Amino acid sequence: MAMTIHVDIVSAESEIFSGTAEMVFAPGVMGELGILPRHAPLLTQLKPGEVRVKNGDSEESFYVSGGMLEIQPHVVTVLSDTAVRAHDIDEAAALEAKQKAEDALKDKTSEFEYAKAQSELAEAVAQLQAIKKLKSRGR
Amino acid sequence: MAVGKEIRTKINSIKNTQKITRAMEMVAASKMRKAQERMAASRPYAQKMRNVVDHLAHAHPEYKHPYLEERDVKRVGYIVISSDRGLCGGLNSNLFKRTVASMKEWHDQGKEIELCTIGSKSSAFFARLGGNIVAQTSQLGDRPEIADLIGVVKVMLDAFNEGRLDRLYVVYNDFVNTMTQAPKIEQLLPVEKKEDKELEHHWDYYYEPEAKDVLDALLVRFIESQVYQGVVENLACEQAARMVAMKSASDNAGDLIGDLQLVYNKARQAAITQEISEIVAGAAAV
Repeated sequence: MAMTIHVDIVSAESEIFSGTAEMVFAPGVMGELGILPRHAPLLTQLKPGEVRVKNGDSEESFYVSGGMLEIQPHVVTVLSDTAVRAHDIDEAAALEAKQKAEDALKDKTSEFEYAKAQSELAEAVAQLQAIKKLKSRGR
Repeated sequence: MAVGKEIRTKINSIKNTQKITRAMEMVAASKMRKAQERMAASRPYAQKMRNVVDHLAHAHPEYKHPYLEERDVKRVGYIVISSDRGLCGGLNSNLFKRTVASMKEWHDQGKEIELCTIGSKSSAFFARLGGNIVAQTSQLGDRPEIADLIGVVKVMLDAFNEGRLDRLYVVYNDFVNTMTQAPKIEQLLPVEKKEDKELEHHWDYYYEPEAKDVLDALLVRFIESQVYQGVVENLACEQAARMVAMKSASDNAGDLIGDLQLVYNKARQAAITQEISEIVAGAAAV
């Protein structure tokens, strides 16, 4: 039997593939990688593309939108991204998060107002009840 | 019959409440199962990441990443993960209590604190408390995605890169089991080294293209996956806590209905007895 290497393809949200393969192809940032068993330890980034897991004649392929690739002599791990990453997009997301924080601070009143309104309402209800009681007693 | 009309209305209203709490209990139970699955699904990634990062912390690449190095603590950051909605028992308040206690320790040492809140409960709480919130996100729903967290995590990481923060913690509820959820404070940055002799080996990876770029990308993803894991775990906790809270609410409603029913029956009986005795007395008088 041909030598095999263990392959794990995982993303932050789920496990995509786990099994053995004779050869793995992955789209590294520096170019396509073909990985055979006993590959030297390597850590690299992936660019969007196809990861192919080859077993004899059959071949399975998975699309990754980027991520990391870790190779050890008998284990290949693909840490796939689930989100499209780009510096600009990340930057925009960070700005949005900051904006939201500022809004939340400005919005300090809302929760507070709510509590205040609630207590005022309770007071009003109590007053109404008292008036009702007085009226029925007066009759 | 006019007897005990108030009691009957009260019983009906409690019954309606009980219906709602029972429905919420069942919804929470099914959501909890899904959240638990999601928790399990994201674990392999976090585990793999952890392994690689542990290795990196012990390897000796030509480039030392700032995330792996301890430095003097002047300012501390917290990422506080809470639920978006209430009605889940003491889940959030326990978490906040723990967080505030830990924040106080730093505060007493004269350190400044920056907060990043995930979930509307924590933003509301810390906004009222007057915390220094620098980033916030909420309404992640039942299926949180990494993409929702990139922004907030980046704000904190940028602060760390700029030297505005020297330490970063993430706070969330740890799902122990359905009945138990424990607030947990975990150090994100600098990445804690695991003391393990096995990792003291002498080989290192080849990095492609450069150790710096690869480590940057990897560590950012590592932190994100840790925060994501916290969010997913907190979600499972929220559902579990809600399920338990709603179950006890339904039980309490049941008890209350029983008590009121008893009072109602007694009142009804008393009224009937009185009526009969009045009739009998009337008949005897004739």
